[in-house]
Amino acid sequence: GAETQDSKPCHPYLKPKPERLTDYFSQGKNDSEDSGLRFASCQLLWKQINSETEKIQEELNKQLFDNLIRFLRQSHSEFQTKTTEWMCRMKSSEIPTAALVLGVNVTDHDVTFKSLSEVLQDNVTPYVVSLQAKECPGIKHLLQKLMGQLMDCYVDADSSEEEECVNISQKKIRCSMASLSKWYENVTKKTGSETPSKKRTSSSRHWQSPPVVVIFKDMEIISSQHIHEFPLVLIFGIATSPMIIHRLLPHSVSSLLCIELFQSLSCKEHLATVIDKLLLTTQFPFKLSEKVLQVLINIFLYHDFSVQNFIKGFQLSIVEHFYSQPLSVLCCQLLEAKKRVTSLSHNQCENIRSLPSFRRYVESQVSEKQIALLTEDSFLKEVTQTLLEDLHIYHENYFTVLRCLHVFTTSLPKYPLGKQIRELHCACLGKSVWETEEYESAIQLLRMLAKDELVAILQKCAEIFISPSGKQFSNTVEKLEEFLARFQNLEAEANEVQDVSVSSQKELQKKTDLYHLQKTLLALKESKRSKKLTKFEMLRFEVVDFIDSLVRSYLAPAEMQTLNEVVYFNTANTLREHLNAAPRIALHTALNNPYCYLKNQTLKSDVGCISNTAPDICIVYKLHLECGRLINLVDWLEAFSTVVTAVEGTDPEAVATDQVDEIIHARFIRAVSELELLGFIKPSKQKTDHVARLTWGGC
Amino acid sequence: MHLVPTRAAATRLGASCEPRGRERNWGGGARACCSLRLQFRGQLGARPLPPCKVYVRSPLAVRRLLRPGARGALLPGKGGCKAAGLPGALRGGQCPASYLVNACWHCRLSAMSQLELKRNKVLEARFVADEDVLKHISDNGGVKVRKDRAQLALNIKRFVKKLENISDDDEAQEILEEQNYVAVLGACAEDSLRNGSSAGGGEIYSFQTPKRSGKMAELASELAQTPGKNVTFESSQYPEKPASTPQSNKKYSASNKAQLKSKKNEFVSTTPYRLRKRLSAPSLRSDSESDYSASCSEEEEEEDKDHKETSDVILDQKTPSKTRAAPASKKTPAKKLKEEMTSNLVEEYFEAHSSSKVLTSDRTLQKLQKRKLDQQTLLVLLNKAPPAFTAELKELNQQHESLFSKWMLQLHLGFSIVLYGLGSKRDLLEKFRTSLLQDSVHLVVNGFFPSITVRSILNSITEEVLDHVGTFRSPLDQLDLIMKRFKEVWDQAKQSLYNWLWYETTTFSPYLEETSYENSLLVQQSGSLALSSLTHVLHSLTPNARGIFRLLAQYHLENKDNPSYPGLSFQDFYQRCREAFLVNSDLTLRAQLTEFRDHKLIRTKRGTDGVEYLLIPVDNGTLTDFLEKEDEDM
Repeated sequence: GAETQDSKPCHPYLKPKPERLTDYFSQGKNDSEDSGLRFASCQLLWKQINSETEKIQEELNKQLFDNLIRFLRQSHSEFQTKTTEWMCRMKSSEIPTAALVLGVNVTDHDVTFKSLSEVLQDNVTPYVVSLQAKECPGIKHLLQKLMGQLMDCYVDADSSEEEECVNISQKKIRCSMASLSKWYENVTKKTGSETPSKKRTSSSRHWQSPPVVVIFKDMEIISSQHIHEFPLVLIFGIATSPMIIHRLLPHSVSSLLCIELFQSLSCKEHLATVIDKLLLTTQFPFKLSEKVLQVLINIFLYHDFSVQNFIKGFQLSIVEHFYSQPLSVLCCQLLEAKKRVTSLSHNQCENIRSLPSFRRYVESQVSEKQIALLTEDSFLKEVTQTLLEDLHIYHENYFTVLRCLHVFTTSLPKYPLGKQIRELHCACLGKSVWETEEYESAIQLLRMLAKDELVAILQKCAEIFISPSGKQFSNTVEKLEEFLARFQNLEAEANEVQDVSVSSQKELQKKTDLYHLQKTLLALKESKRSKKLTKFEMLRFEVVDFIDSLVRSYLAPAEMQTLNEVVYFNTANTLREHLNAAPRIALHTALNNPYCYLKNQTLKSDVGCISNTAPDICIVYKLHLECGRLINLVDWLEAFSTVVTAVEGTDPEAVATDQVDEIIHARFIRAVSELELLGFIKPSKQKTDHVARLTWGGC
Repeated sequence: MHLVPTRAAATRLGASCEPRGRERNWGGGARACCSLRLQFRGQLGARPLPPCKVYVRSPLAVRRLLRPGARGALLPGKGGCKAAGLPGALRGGQCPASYLVNACWHCRLSAMSQLELKRNKVLEARFVADEDVLKHISDNGGVKVRKDRAQLALNIKRFVKKLENISDDDEAQEILEEQNYVAVLGACAEDSLRNGSSAGGGEIYSFQTPKRSGKMAELASELAQTPGKNVTFESSQYPEKPASTPQSNKKYSASNKAQLKSKKNEFVSTTPYRLRKRLSAPSLRSDSESDYSASCSEEEEEEDKDHKETSDVILDQKTPSKTRAAPASKKTPAKKLKEEMTSNLVEEYFEAHSSSKVLTSDRTLQKLQKRKLDQQTLLVLLNKAPPAFTAELKELNQQHESLFSKWMLQLHLGFSIVLYGLGSKRDLLEKFRTSLLQDSVHLVVNGFFPSITVRSILNSITEEVLDHVGTFRSPLDQLDLIMKRFKEVWDQAKQSLYNWLWYETTTFSPYLEETSYENSLLVQQSGSLALSSLTHVLHSLTPNARGIFRLLAQYHLENKDNPSYPGLSFQDFYQRCREAFLVNSDLTLRAQLTEFRDHKLIRTKRGTDGVEYLLIPVDNGTLTDFLEKEDEDM
């Protein structure tokens, strides 16, 4: 195989055979406990989550699509009526155009457009063409593509009746707008009696790539002449701003367009919804730990703004979790999990015992129970069931209280605990949030809230506590309602306080003498300092303390929970390595410090130095770092042989002998070619036997 | 208008981004420093430029900075103007407009190179934080929008509002700051199990001092002396090695300080300019280098000037005092030096790349009298070389191999896998293929083939895997077909995304196969391959065609010593061929030449007079060998 494979750039191997995925799941892993079950639950979970995300996407897009569809329907209503009204429209010959501002998360647009064209096909017209900038390098391609897609649509729409007609026209037809309109006439004539309301929508998307300009320019100039022959609607997808249309298209073209703007939901809002529906819920047993979530969110914020990729990362963490954690078999709905606990094998019981969180739990028990937990599997299983239940309850409480706390913190200036709920979630997941400085300052700020704000927030909180299965929180709701009632009562009492202040104010206004004024001011200050807290302030303190107590009892970090390892995926490292790899760092490390990979003592060296026994490429690399822009190959070779011969301990006299020299020469050539392949150097024609360095600085 | 500044971008600019909210440590010297905040208000178009901050360390510097002629308002900062004894006239002083543009607009880099040019460390630029830059940009965008309003048919209000929203959001985003980012994503190197050396992004190819070429020899002997496996040589023998290098290096490697000082002028004339530049810059490298710096700073300054004025337009703000303090810099604390170095190095980068001077030794491989190696001998020789670290390499490979089934799983779940790291991954992949992919349809694409194209990959899929006959109008059509055929295998969503997963598989295996296709620059660019292909191609041709080529080759060799030889013109060639009874018409010759050209045996070039010249792009040695061989055959 090797020879044939190397002589051709591509070599296919054909031997199809069905295979079982589960095999891969269990292979290569020592503790392949319950792998089948684990894989099944992994797949099931992912399926559920996937459908949930699709649902979310659909809901988010609904509004936008509805607006678009309305616009499309309206835009050519004149065409259908075929009245004089339409004639005046024709004179202006404007093409109705929808500009869809989608934001910068370009990777997600595919999905949006796909669903958009599906929706349009279902609701408005079968003739939807979707074009991408990269698919249409020229006007010819664009029209070809357009025709092709239209014909296909057409066949799909009424395949039985007029296949013959399509077959004739499909390939021979000269791709031009003229033929297009002819074709349309043809179609409408034939199908006219049945579906007179058919419209054509060509939804074209383009992002800010200059070559597209030409295409659209031409197209629109031509098409404006034909607008009276067929109704055309354009939809532009725009990543940055609607200004770009005017910048890309000359005035003569843009004046032919009748543009209406549509704004899609920002990707941040999308992400917030996704996190809210996927992570901050007890619906799915699987959870992400703080660090993993941070990695995913950071990739989103700093790299692509793509919700799709966020979900892919989420999928990867699910797969990784189920793959690497044997106990993930218990990561399913509570009832099912309880059932599965009973059938756990002895090995799995041992796995439970070795969980750090479980060990902590054991240590906190009395000694007899400790022994029982560590020796009796059946007892362990019982306890595990209750622990799983506890974990479930913890999550229920956690999310409710988290939302409640979020309501409080979003009202604060400067958002010490973050504006988004995900930031708060991260803060609470990682460590005891009440020990952090941010929480401290947030509580301080809460103690200064105005009354109406506080009341509004409390009302919101009460709603949050009531809405879910609020059996645990009946007390809390009562308490909140009590607070609200007391705030109501305060209204009456407040008047008295006001009287006092008003009187002092009046006093102030009376005095005109500077000395007296100073005196009264001092007195006022004194009284304020010594004054007892008002009732409102007392109540406010009480409320804040109550919230604080809620946080302390319910927002304990997940890592402290027993058996959290079952449902939490916490190897952020793996995720980071796979999703946000640093190949350059790996390369750099390998070249600079081969000891990291080859654990050989002779390679161990100080930072910045490199052992002379290192692999050839490392030595050559190290030497080349010493050079400027150009490297003389002869010098390089000489330096290399100096290093290498020193290692081999050959007598310097013997260095001159050809044999050794040749081998070193060959090794040098190999190493240099490798560096070239890696892109560190390239041949240079500036000077004979020189290569150019492609990096700057170094060591 | 989204312009999210990334840390990477900052590093690219070479900017030393300080953590915000922290003042620079000024290093409390005996001299009282005054810290002023200059609020520049310039005009950029119709709107005032957003203020920028420049912290200035001494009144002297302020005076220098605020030369009369431009407009500017000076607001007392923390230290206060009065306390510093600043002349009152300066307060309403003027500042050059270019500072404004550079310091706060576009590019922090140029600000840095300019402001920090004042080497005596009197002036430090405090760089605009990412958020500020962002704000400026979005502000400005908004203004532009307003200006263009009249022309626009669009509903701009909405757009402006959106921009505002964006900047709001960005403020909120401050919470996830760079620190956070580094902690979460950038920490890779530190806590990844194997990457022991904490190689942060900046450290890898930071703008660090470029080193002179002669240093290589020095380092080589240094390396040779480091404790290795069995080093049994005396260090005294080593200086001889570098000493054998020709002139320019010679002086260098004999690193005798006294000698250097006495022969200062000579030293200057022979050492690369950049090197001297580097040496004069405060350096942390070694004591001996600082000594150099003291000795040659004067000359350097002179050349410095000419050089900069000719090559670097940005640097027109240069003051005479610029380099004066260079020798004194030895005494300053190391920390400050480091700060300075970054800026100097940025400068140096551009200088090094702006000059076309080549500052390496003139030795060539030809003079080395070394026999050139061809691919085959190379392989033979390499096989003789003892393999190193076999055990470790094996272990490394085993680690990777243990991941095979996981890869398989992930491939099935719709992810794609990227392997990265040093070393050839070919063997690893081959093993993966033979062990796990035997039962499935798969395609091996050798990406290191120089001639590989997308089309050839797609063709092999359609033709060999899918048994499709016929051609396609465009690769995209082809792709459509492939997708259609595979529809039952992949679902729609997975097709659109690759879902790369990255796996580090550093193997340290030599890139044997891969490099053999690379048209390597080097030494091994030998004739034997070319020669064999030459004979091979020509043997498949008619005797007449061979004769034609011989004719050209002979003429080529006759002129090999003529440096201005343009090639053989077509007309001449035709004459010669006719005379040798090789062709009978112009057309036959042209057809023959086309065939040669297709096999890359000849190259045509149009001369200045418009005449077509024919050349053989094979080196003379090979050609001679070829002719000799031909003669033998005949």
